[in-house]
Amino acid sequence: MTVAKRYRYIWKPLVFVAALTPALLLLAGVLGVAGRRLGADPVEDLLLTCGKTALNLLCLTLAVTPVAKITHRPQLLRLRRMLGLFAFGYALLHFAVYLVLDRSLDAAMIVKDIAKRPYITLGFAALMLLIPLAVTSTQGMMRRLGRRWQALHRLVYLVVILAAWHFYWQVKRDVTEPLIYAAIIATLLGWRIRERQRRRLPVPVTSKYGSATAPERI
Amino acid sequence: MFYNVFEYKKNSSSSEVTPEGIYLARRRLLTGAAALALAGGKAAPSAAAPAALPVLEAARNARFSAAEPLTSYGDITAYNNFYEFGTGKDDPQRRAQALRTHPWNVAISGEVETSGVFTLEDILKPHPLEERVYRLRCVERWSMVIPWVGFPLADLLQRFRPTSKAKYVAFTTLRDPKQMPGQRDGWLDWPYVEGLRIDEAMHPLTLLAVGLYGRVLPNQNGAPLRLVVPWKYGFKGIKSIVAIRFTERQPPTSWNIAAPDEYGFYANVNPAVDHPRWSQASERRIGAGLFEATQPTLPFNGYAAEVAPLYRGMNLHRWF
Repeated sequence: MTVAKRYRYIWKPLVFVAALTPALLLLAGVLGVAGRRLGADPVEDLLLTCGKTALNLLCLTLAVTPVAKITHRPQLLRLRRMLGLFAFGYALLHFAVYLVLDRSLDAAMIVKDIAKRPYITLGFAALMLLIPLAVTSTQGMMRRLGRRWQALHRLVYLVVILAAWHFYWQVKRDVTEPLIYAAIIATLLGWRIRERQRRRLPVPVTSKYGSATAPERI
Repeated sequence: MFYNVFEYKKNSSSSEVTPEGIYLARRRLLTGAAALALAGGKAAPSAAAPAALPVLEAARNARFSAAEPLTSYGDITAYNNFYEFGTGKDDPQRRAQALRTHPWNVAISGEVETSGVFTLEDILKPHPLEERVYRLRCVERWSMVIPWVGFPLADLLQRFRPTSKAKYVAFTTLRDPKQMPGQRDGWLDWPYVEGLRIDEAMHPLTLLAVGLYGRVLPNQNGAPLRLVVPWKYGFKGIKSIVAIRFTERQPPTSWNIAAPDEYGFYANVNPAVDHPRWSQASERRIGAGLFEATQPTLPFNGYAAEVAPLYRGMNLHRWF
């Protein structure tokens, strides 16, 4: 089997199912089937699970390039778009739960929240910034935008910082978990900064990865 | 032990029956509905059987009880903020079971004629227990409806004859990192401390609770003795009390020390005064359906008629 086929028929479906699993478990919890039940505060449970899954997937998306480079498996980049789109999907779900279940679609209150509550402002900004990335994630858009595509998609670095900050800011006291995310994000972005610095040095041989699906430059 | 203090009656039915089931059955019995329900063992579906906690005899005080559906025993005892046992909502239930609540002493001190260290039995002995169904509103925007068993704090405080200098009452939780593993983390300064103005402490709504759902308090809910102030955010309801001190000056309170811009001394439930980071205008009722959970928060948690006069002339935005 060629690499393309292996990804198309094995790896991508597997990642798809894995990324969908948290949503299916939540759905089972909402319906009360398969022995699943949401927590005592089900709205909070949905909010937290969707939000953290979005953050997890964003981190995974950002981990693809470093892992591909370090392990010399450029084919891994084929999985990146799906992970990113799932992150966007969970972020949308998180926002929908907030709008419908937590705020009962009270428009005045929602507008006030977004304007006045810094952590909600941050989360909202992160979601808004993900929209252009999701919209331009197709092959066609990638071709059309060319080099500008890369520049645009570097927004994801800002998005992941905003998302983790949004999480940190709403925690009442015990910030252990947001700090773990901060450490992971610092590692992922720190690796990119280091790579960039390394590329500036006059190195005789530079390896080229990242042309499999997206020509990411670091 | 509790046996003597509460004339503990061992329940004859099997331990499979949930306290909620027994409780509801007893309620039906009391209201004369039918003894059949009890015989049939119609246990409520939630709540795993707890380590058989002693039953408390306490009639409901209808005057001070909310007529709202009760939160299930399972949720009340599994979804707790009790940082002494960890910051996760399920930590207290998992980690509080080893807490020794007997023997238990409470130190009374400060501006009183009678001070000293009293056993829990001495503290409780003169007070008939009653049941009160109170709303509980957490500062985190969730709420419950809980049938507490206890007695008015005022009745206890008056026994020690506070002096005219007693303007405030300060409470302290047990500090014992061996039994309270959460105290090894520094999320709050230990021991947990809370306080009330003397008129708040003497208010007839202010309760010292020793039980819920007709049984002795589970450890994770603040056994053996906790404060319940239904018009204030839940963190004012200090748990596992070991000291009560009457003071002339406003005593320090744990959450205020931790984040003074976010948590005030008064901490009255107020939908018009937002937490700096989130709105307090609505709350999510635990146990309500997904679409019914969110509901508006009421001034003083619905107890404004009783307690608003305590704060007449005060700027509640400033004294949050």
